[in-house]
Amino acid sequence: MSQLRSKVISLYKHLQYLGRDYPGLNGPQKFRKQVHDAFMKNKDEKDPKKIVALLAQGRYLAKEVEALYSLKKYRTIKQRYND
Amino acid sequence: MISLLFNSVATPFWKWQRCGKYNLWTPNHPLSFLTISAVARKKMARVLVGVKRVIDYAVKVRVKPEKNGVVTQGVKHSMNPFDEIAVEEAVKMKEKKLASEVIAVSVGPTQSQEVIRTALAMGADRGVHVEVPAAEYDLLQPIHVSKILAKLALDEKADLVILGKQAIDDDANQTAQMTAAVLDWPQGTFCNKVEKTDAGLTIAREIDGGLETIKTKLPAVLSADLRLNTPRYATLPNIMKAKKKPLKKVTPKDLGVDTTPRIEIISVEDPPVRQAGAVVADVDALVAKLKAGGHI
Repeated sequence: MSQLRSKVISLYKHLQYLGRDYPGLNGPQKFRKQVHDAFMKNKDEKDPKKIVALLAQGRYLAKEVEALYSLKKYRTIKQRYND
Repeated sequence: MISLLFNSVATPFWKWQRCGKYNLWTPNHPLSFLTISAVARKKMARVLVGVKRVIDYAVKVRVKPEKNGVVTQGVKHSMNPFDEIAVEEAVKMKEKKLASEVIAVSVGPTQSQEVIRTALAMGADRGVHVEVPAAEYDLLQPIHVSKILAKLALDEKADLVILGKQAIDDDANQTAQMTAAVLDWPQGTFCNKVEKTDAGLTIAREIDGGLETIKTKLPAVLSADLRLNTPRYATLPNIMKAKKKPLKKVTPKDLGVDTTPRIEIISVEDPPVRQAGAVVADVDALVAKLKAGGHI
């Protein structure tokens, strides 16, 4: 149980760290607030299976955000350096 | 027991860091080096990667009111995108057991250590920071950097030097080529794909007409182009681990490189504002306008 708790906390920290570069005006603040609200909504979850499913969802979100950043960077650099 | 199952479900096999007896065979374990035969280890290359701290690609660059440079105070800086691709390629080679060690080098003032830490977090083993004072750094040119990198490559006994194609702040596209010239090593620039063979490297290069495949021997200098790979995002645990990795500080004088400026910046100005275009009604009007403008 404590292992799941530490996993949840490390996932939260990871998502907060990823949110620094979120695009858009006030992007980082909005993203961090959404992550905070999502974690707060599920804070009373006790079933380990459900927690594992939610953790998988969180990791999926982290991958999606990473993909967003790398795609944005790739497209910008490609546009600038490819005629 | 349950935790073992949990780990096997949540994390892929090759990432089992905390599973006791299996961790020696994961690619990132420091002792996994021992699982390779001595012969294979001798063939593995030591890779030197050059990274540069530049203004972040997404930031709108502004010219200073004094017109002698761009605004860098308080502006977000990060690693040059092409250098990220170079670091990723070096780390991939290490994971495929083609490279034994990845050394990240940066030339610049104290803040350059941030990008070395990012490179260490992405998987490099050691960092070298060549300290140059800020005033001298403004006038530092690829000719100086290439001599520094060449000396470091010889000192660290590197077999491969991977650099980014160009830096997004000066767009010089000279450092890799000059480093190869100083070292008298073969160069593979604008790499799209790098494969290691017994004889050396097979490189696909992006040129105007398409892709060119060349074969070079090691040691060599490579410059990474955009489509070589997709760089990984450094995770928080890796950043924490990177703080413990060794970072050596040297000065250009220690390396015997003269960094006196060869240029003087006279002025830096905005490019001219783009003139608005005009929409014409039909082809005749277009031809008439072109004739009037003296273009045909």
